[in-house]
Amino acid sequence: SGSMEPAFHRGDLLFLTNRIEDPIRVGEIVVFRIEGREIPIVHRVLKIHEKQNGDIKFLTKGDNNAVDDRGLYKRGQYWLEKKDVVGRARGFVPYIGIVTILMNDYPKFKYAVLFLLGLFVLVHRE
Amino acid sequence: RKNVEDFTGPRERSDLGFVTFDITADILNGKNVLQSIFDWNVKQLFLYLSAEYSTKNNALNQVVLWDKIMLRGDNPRLSLKDMKSKYFFFDDGNGLKGNRNITLTLSWNVVPNAGILPLVTGSGHVSVPFPDTYETTKSY
Repeated sequence: SGSMEPAFHRGDLLFLTNRIEDPIRVGEIVVFRIEGREIPIVHRVLKIHEKQNGDIKFLTKGDNNAVDDRGLYKRGQYWLEKKDVVGRARGFVPYIGIVTILMNDYPKFKYAVLFLLGLFVLVHRE
Repeated sequence: RKNVEDFTGPRERSDLGFVTFDITADILNGKNVLQSIFDWNVKQLFLYLSAEYSTKNNALNQVVLWDKIMLRGDNPRLSLKDMKSKYFFFDDGNGLKGNRNITLTLSWNVVPNAGILPLVTGSGHVSVPFPDTYETTKSY
C-alpha cells in the first residue's frame, strides 16, 4: 500500500533478513503480521520498551500515515512482540513499479509488454 | 512532565513527557566531511529524533519524538528551533519522573534508489534530565 511512501511504493521488491538475535530498535523497518491476518505489513518502529531479559514490546507506524498502527492491531492489542516479526527490511529494488510507470508513460511499451505476454501464454499452453 | 492516562493505548496512568528542542545539523557523507550525503543513489533520508532512557520497568526504552523526510534536492542543512515533539512521549509506566538521563539522538535511514537501507546515527547527542515533580498547570 502507500503507507511507506515516498520511500517504497507498491510493487517494490524488499530484501529481508530475519535473524532473531538482531535487536529491534526505533527507526528500523520491520515486516510483521497481526495475529489472525494473512497479509504482512511493512512499517517503521516508533517506540520500544525492552526488559532486562530481552522481552520487548514495540509500536510501529507507516511513514506516510498520520497516526501509529494501534488502529491496525488486534482489538485490545497495543503492542507488537518479537513473535509478530516476520523480517527486517535491509534493502530494496524498485521493480514492478518501474514497469507500470513505463507502461503508463509509454503506450508503445505497454503494447509490447502485452504482446510478449500473449506470445508467452500461447507458447506455454501445453 | 505529567502523569496522565495514556489515551493512545492501554488505559493505565503513565508518565507523559514534554520536550522542546532545537536541531542544527549538516548531513554529510560519512567518509568525506565536505560531501553531502545525497549522492546519485540516495533518494531520500528518513530523519528521526529519538529519546533513549532506562527505567525501573524497562532496561531500554526508545521513543521517536519527531521525524522528517528529506528528499534529494532538499537542503541537507537543518536549522530548527523551538520544535515540539510530533509524537506523544509516553513512558511504559512512571519512569520519567526524576529520570536524570534521557539521551536525545538524531538518526536517519538512507533510502536509496535501489540497494541497502542503512540506519545512521548522528555524532551529536544530548542528555536531558526530567524533573522530580509533575507539572499540574502548564499547557503544551
